[in-house]
Amino acid sequence: MSGDVVQLHTPLVEEVLSLRAGDRVELSGIVYTARDEAHLRMQKDGIPFDPKGAAIYHCGPVVQDNRIIAAGPTTSARMNELSGFLLDRGVRALIGKGGMGALVREQLKNRGVYLAFTGGCAALASTHMTLKGVFFPDLGMAEAIWMIELDHLPLVVGIDSHGNDLFEAVMRHARQEFEQNKKKCEPMGNGYKE
Amino acid sequence: MRTTDDTAIYASLADATFQAYRDSVTHLPADVLVVIRKAAAAETKPVARNEFANILKNIEEAERLHVPLCQDTGIPVTYLTIPPDVPLTRDLYDAVAGGIRRATREIPLRPNVVDPLSRHNTGDNTGKGMPAIHVKPGDSFTVTVFPKGAGAENSSRITMLLPTHQYGIEGFVVDTMLHAEGKPCPPVFLGIGIGSTFDGAAALAKEALLLPVDRMDDYEQEICNSVNKLGIGPMGLGGDTTALAVKVKTAACHTASLPVAVNVQCWAHRHATVEVKRVR
Repeated sequence: MSGDVVQLHTPLVEEVLSLRAGDRVELSGIVYTARDEAHLRMQKDGIPFDPKGAAIYHCGPVVQDNRIIAAGPTTSARMNELSGFLLDRGVRALIGKGGMGALVREQLKNRGVYLAFTGGCAALASTHMTLKGVFFPDLGMAEAIWMIELDHLPLVVGIDSHGNDLFEAVMRHARQEFEQNKKKCEPMGNGYKE
Repeated sequence: MRTTDDTAIYASLADATFQAYRDSVTHLPADVLVVIRKAAAAETKPVARNEFANILKNIEEAERLHVPLCQDTGIPVTYLTIPPDVPLTRDLYDAVAGGIRRATREIPLRPNVVDPLSRHNTGDNTGKGMPAIHVKPGDSFTVTVFPKGAGAENSSRITMLLPTHQYGIEGFVVDTMLHAEGKPCPPVFLGIGIGSTFDGAAALAKEALLLPVDRMDDYEQEICNSVNKLGIGPMGLGGDTTALAVKVKTAACHTASLPVAVNVQCWAHRHATVEVKRVR
């Protein structure tokens, strides 16, 4: 892991393939928000923007008077089964919080990266954002696709295009730790089975 | 028919609910800030230190810009204390809902409240049985707003342990966090309800989160240490602090029961209490 911050700008190109899990990046340029409902709609009606080199932000912002008030990431794992078609069409980055499943880790290989932003940091995020437009406004504020221009949003590479996954490594360690400590606290000769 | 007094109480309570909602979503309580700053200073992992840096900067920006800390401005959970001379009427419930509608428009809040089956969004953060309003008798007339984000709420769990399996409580709490992974926006606060009934334990767990989080007794500290051994860290990216605090609240239960509930709360542990102004 290097201490330098990598500067990225959308549309993204092959440069994302050289990123490694744990790298810090700052992302600028247009990103598109999408949560559960937007993914379903895009699968049905098509992607309303050019997906080539695009970055998808798992986020349902607070918007008032055409301004982004608060726009932190939502839990990406809800989109685990819904992201493949975007990567198939050329999307290079998924941005969110909490990481994604093994399926997405495979789908990202040689194609793109998962970038993590700090959950709950919606006020900070908004200071790096300008609202540029909206698709599917009928889905409502949280679920619509908002087109947002980023100015140096600080992110960390959570999953790289080589199959390295910070979240997975952390959870593997956590499960080992849990199994070790569980053995210590179980009483002897207990017959109760769940 | 509503009397002049009722109208005054309605307006004061609606106003207090609005103020409490605004306070809760734009800045964190002092005890919450203390534990976040302490954990940030103690963190040793570089990725986790960056996450804490974003969290601390976000707290500053929300304060400076008077905007919500997090775009998930939660589902409205409220607690009222009612003094002896205030009649508990339907109007009080309407007043709290009125304050929440105003908060949704003016702060603004994200409209989060939907029908559970049709998923139709009411647009104003109220709906059937929502806001949740919990009423207790008290000396003063207060409203507490405790907006609860979905990431953390979705990771919460309840179990009915065998009464002889007290040792299983800690394991259940740690296992809850193991299943939660980075999804509830750790470092988290964990409210543990022990005893009462199936539904009562869940209520205790939520109330436990409203206890001061800058102190823990030995039992709470022991559970907290076990959770932190998991190393899940801020946002599940790994780190020394997974739980900022564990708070336990108990109630008497059936001799054959041991209900245990864990209510998970994100680092943005937002809640505020405002005294309802009385015009005499």
